[in-house]
Amino acid sequence: MRRALSVLAGLLAAALLWEGYKAAGDPEGTVLFGVRVLPRADDLSMPHLWTILRRLADPELAGGRPVWLVVLDACLFTLGVTAVGFAAGALIGLVLAAAMQRFRIVERGLLPYVILSQTVPLVALAPLIAGWGGTLMPPWATVAVIAAYLAFFPVAVGMLRGLQSPSAGGVELMRSYAAGWWRTLVKLRFPAALPYLFPALRLAGAAAVVGAVVGEISTGTRGGIGRLIIEYSREATSDPAKVYTAMLGAALLGLLVAGAVSLLEVPLMRHRRHVEVVTL
Amino acid sequence: MSDLAVVVDKVTKVFHQGRPDEVLALSDVDLTVADGEFVSLIGPSGCGKSTLLRLIADLIEPTTGTVAVADRPAAQARRDQEYGIAFQQAGLFEWRTVRRNVELPLELRGMPRDERKAKAGQMLELVGLADFAGHYPGQLSGGMQQRVAIARALAVQPPLLLMDEPFGALDEMTRERLQGELLGICAKTRTSTVFVTHSISEAVFLSDRVVVIRPGRAGSPRRSR
Repeated sequence: MRRALSVLAGLLAAALLWEGYKAAGDPEGTVLFGVRVLPRADDLSMPHLWTILRRLADPELAGGRPVWLVVLDACLFTLGVTAVGFAAGALIGLVLAAAMQRFRIVERGLLPYVILSQTVPLVALAPLIAGWGGTLMPPWATVAVIAAYLAFFPVAVGMLRGLQSPSAGGVELMRSYAAGWWRTLVKLRFPAALPYLFPALRLAGAAAVVGAVVGEISTGTRGGIGRLIIEYSREATSDPAKVYTAMLGAALLGLLVAGAVSLLEVPLMRHRRHVEVVTL
Repeated sequence: MSDLAVVVDKVTKVFHQGRPDEVLALSDVDLTVADGEFVSLIGPSGCGKSTLLRLIADLIEPTTGTVAVADRPAAQARRDQEYGIAFQQAGLFEWRTVRRNVELPLELRGMPRDERKAKAGQMLELVGLADFAGHYPGQLSGGMQQRVAIARALAVQPPLLLMDEPFGALDEMTRERLQGELLGICAKTRTSTVFVTHSISEAVFLSDRVVVIRPGRAGSPRRSR
């Protein structure tokens, strides 16, 4: 109840901020010494919230399906791609973390490349992966690969920290039980790593959404919310509210993924509801 | 079968051998513990008493010399789980309930679920924590956690119990009560015990024999009493 109220209050505050700035801000934007420091507040740049909501109900094109249905459809498509990318990325991250924990030499050799992988600009990489579409895999799968490419990183780094988190005492105890690496991993390291895993999964979820949206745009994959944002933004001058409906959809998608991770966390973290762990 | 639980024969332990920070922890140490005997290792911090215990547990390996536990090399004895061990820190797994913490060594031995549940219950009874089986370690006081750790060490009913200042972090009153409980348990289960402490009174109160490890030139432990 209290949580629902605070969510509502947050939404209300965001709405007030939007409409408040729109009412108070300069329609042409505030310009200081030739640099625009505050954005334009005119109807073209910041349509009224009710205009956006009304646009959701109107047909996309004259006589077509209503916009909300089109946006929802696109969200579902992107959600599927995100989920596949997220799952694959998380799995790869877990395996990499376990390998790096197991072999010092793998950690030394691999970790710099894991970090390097994220500095490669996505826009440079995406067309390369897009080339696989149609020959190696369907086009949507190339987008999932891009999502996985972004999602594996926080999991690999966070999980490595987590797997290394058990105290020397715990590790010695397992040794005294004659437990090998695998059983120490399952009984000690993995459960000890869970508080590190979940924040990492949240980051990975957000990264997977970004990866899917950007991936759709740069590979030109149709049907998803990323493509929709691009299409609608082309109409921004004549129909400014339309692009915001697509952005609302993308935000909703991010919330959905974050919510899914939280759901995963509930049964596994029963022993401590509130835990403070510094990750990364 | 001899009636010796532990035989430490001319053991020397050097840490970081061949490096500038080389440390001679123990040199040429002999120690025997008879079956059912309660032996305390005592000495100031840094004298190597914990090192000796960890050598017996095969958590580290001697530089020279041999360690035998239950007539076997220490490494073999560890694999056969001939001993239970408890450290100064209780070291419970916080994501497991008290009962499942005690079950851990039984689980790793492949004991069936019902059996280990019964066994863990019995052990918790022994340390007076039967009512807290379903609690998580974070909900218990330090003294209670330490009792759980002792129950966990005893759960496999090891012939040998190794304890490294298990009561060091506890307050005086809790410590005295646990000392009494430990004596009772050891007498009841006929367990041989090696107990590391820096408290002379604790060593004298608990032990059949107190081994003093001299500081400075670590090694050749002297017997007292």
